[in-house]
Amino acid sequence: MATSMTIWEKLGFRKASGVSEAGWGQTLFVAIISFIYFLPVLLIIITSFKLQNEALAVPPKVFPTSLFGLIPDDYVFSPTLENYAAVFSRAMTAGAAAQDTGFDRYFFNSILIASVSVFLALVIGTLAAFGFSRYPLKGNDTYLFVILTTRMLPAIVVIIPIILMFRVAGLSGSYLGIILLYTAFNLPFTIWMMKSFFDELALDVEDAARIDGSSDVRVFFKIALPQVVAGLAATFVFGLILTWNEFLFALLLTGADTRTVPVAMNQAVAGGGIGVLWGLLAAIETLFLIPVFLVTFFLQNHLLRGVTFGTVKR
Amino acid sequence: MSTIEVRKITKKYGEFTAVRDADLSVKAGEVVCLLGPSGCGKTTTLRMIAGLERATDGDIVIAGKRVNDLPPEKRDIAMVFQFYALYPALNVGENIAMPLQFERLSRQERDSRVNRVAKILHLTEVLDRMPGHVSEGEKQRIAVARAIVRDPNCFLFDEPLSRLDVELRHSMRGQIKEVLSSLSKATVIVTHDQLEALTMADRIAIMKDGMIEQVGTPHEVFAKPANVFVASFIGTPQMNLMEVELKSFGDGVALVTLAESPLEIAADPAVSKLKPSKVMIGIRPRAFSPVSSAGKGTIHAQAELIEPMGAETLVHARTKTGGDIRVVVQRDQRVKIGEVMHLKPDPKQTHFFGENGRAVRS
Repeated sequence: MATSMTIWEKLGFRKASGVSEAGWGQTLFVAIISFIYFLPVLLIIITSFKLQNEALAVPPKVFPTSLFGLIPDDYVFSPTLENYAAVFSRAMTAGAAAQDTGFDRYFFNSILIASVSVFLALVIGTLAAFGFSRYPLKGNDTYLFVILTTRMLPAIVVIIPIILMFRVAGLSGSYLGIILLYTAFNLPFTIWMMKSFFDELALDVEDAARIDGSSDVRVFFKIALPQVVAGLAATFVFGLILTWNEFLFALLLTGADTRTVPVAMNQAVAGGGIGVLWGLLAAIETLFLIPVFLVTFFLQNHLLRGVTFGTVKR
Repeated sequence: MSTIEVRKITKKYGEFTAVRDADLSVKAGEVVCLLGPSGCGKTTTLRMIAGLERATDGDIVIAGKRVNDLPPEKRDIAMVFQFYALYPALNVGENIAMPLQFERLSRQERDSRVNRVAKILHLTEVLDRMPGHVSEGEKQRIAVARAIVRDPNCFLFDEPLSRLDVELRHSMRGQIKEVLSSLSKATVIVTHDQLEALTMADRIAIMKDGMIEQVGTPHEVFAKPANVFVASFIGTPQMNLMEVELKSFGDGVALVTLAESPLEIAADPAVSKLKPSKVMIGIRPRAFSPVSSAGKGTIHAQAELIEPMGAETLVHARTKTGGDIRVVVQRDQRVKIGEVMHLKPDPKQTHFFGENGRAVRS
């Protein structure tokens, strides 16, 4: 019995002999699931290299090359960079001369607004979280709850009073306005997230630092903060993704100069009565994906390092 | 002068009183152990001295200055934590140097101070490592090194050896004692391990339920326990505490009834003040000498369980009424299970406790 293998075991679904070892069956299974997750993004990337007629073709043309005639022509498209060129400069109406679409500006806006507001939220939120964790107020939990209430309603409900407030304050359409809004929008999440990281730390270490002569400020910067770097990275990534993709507030509160990519994208693809320009849309989306992809990718190393760091516990 | 005075300090958490009216004074060069079962308030007392907790009431005086309102960094103390509390983001050398940050030292001078204590505690090899990559014993020594690198008013140790294995604990106990005696500072050590307290302390303060029950030298708390709790807490195996009926007292001899049999035992003259009634007597397991025949001054009991402990043998014996008596006999003295023993207690090591649990002594 002990030596015979079930069909599942033969397929690689065997019990791992060590904790760190997975059979190739498990690995394959995860790979398939991951592929399904990634498929929409992959299709967008492929579509960005297609012209409009190929993008609409049925059956879909999914291979950029016929692999020396191996794949039937019906499934093969000829890759082009035309869509990418059109993102930044194209003729707005048929036959007209190509002109600047302003997308370089919109990309700049997106990067500026998202990074500044997420960074601000991280600075303010981390300080607040440390306060909530280490110097609890009377009714601490109530305040934490109140902070979260603004995120309990759908954005579409909150937006109306915000528009009115912005109009009165003269913040509509300005960088300052949208940055402040996104900072406030990210704060509850940042505070809750960072508080849980601070709560996990061993207080003895901070007590020791105090006895060794450190002030509260020094304890925060020298002792507590280095221990939650992983938390900072994770919070930054989540906040960045949320802010980067935010559509509704950006649609209603940015002006022509401060427009972000999600809003501009929406307006760009509804191309002059000829339906959605799928290739163009896909090209914008692909470009839009790159910054957030890079940030996450580089912070991932940090996240993993942070995780092993945190295991030094009692 | 490096001294610590704790005057009537009390700590309350809401309704709960963790420490009540604790008095303690530690002279320069003296090591005082706070000893007690877990939850007795000993760590809270230490943390109040350190300034990590605020005393609800009472005064804490370090080096002649009342420090109740000073934050820990202003009290000029050094503390070793139970879980060492090393700074995880700094390497061993930086950890040790941390208390020096506010002393205006040149880099060379700082390094030489760190190297000096690293040498004392055999840490020179690991100075560049991170705290996560050193052994448990080294972590402990780093914590001690960090405490002694500066020249503070006093030292506080919170269960310094509780995380080490038995062998390491033994050698660290010696090392810490050696280091402390060379520094001659007031030192308070919190521990729940009586052996640690008995070996390291000049004086021991025994705590229970937030109160200090007795303060004395290791010899005093062992030989003259102030009350039933101290008597039962100090000494292994535990002291035998037996309820007896005090019949009469005369000529320095008390007549009591133990397990329905009369027993004559020499006692302190102060015992005469006790009303004839139920009292408690305490006899250490090593204070019995087994004799061959019954007499006026012997207790008899039947051996029930025998635990050899190496040099000695621990015998659990049962009296006629079912009371358990622990007796330690020499190894060469063979006792068989079921054997009736005649035990003659040493009167000098027999303690009488009155109704309130206090020891009766003149």
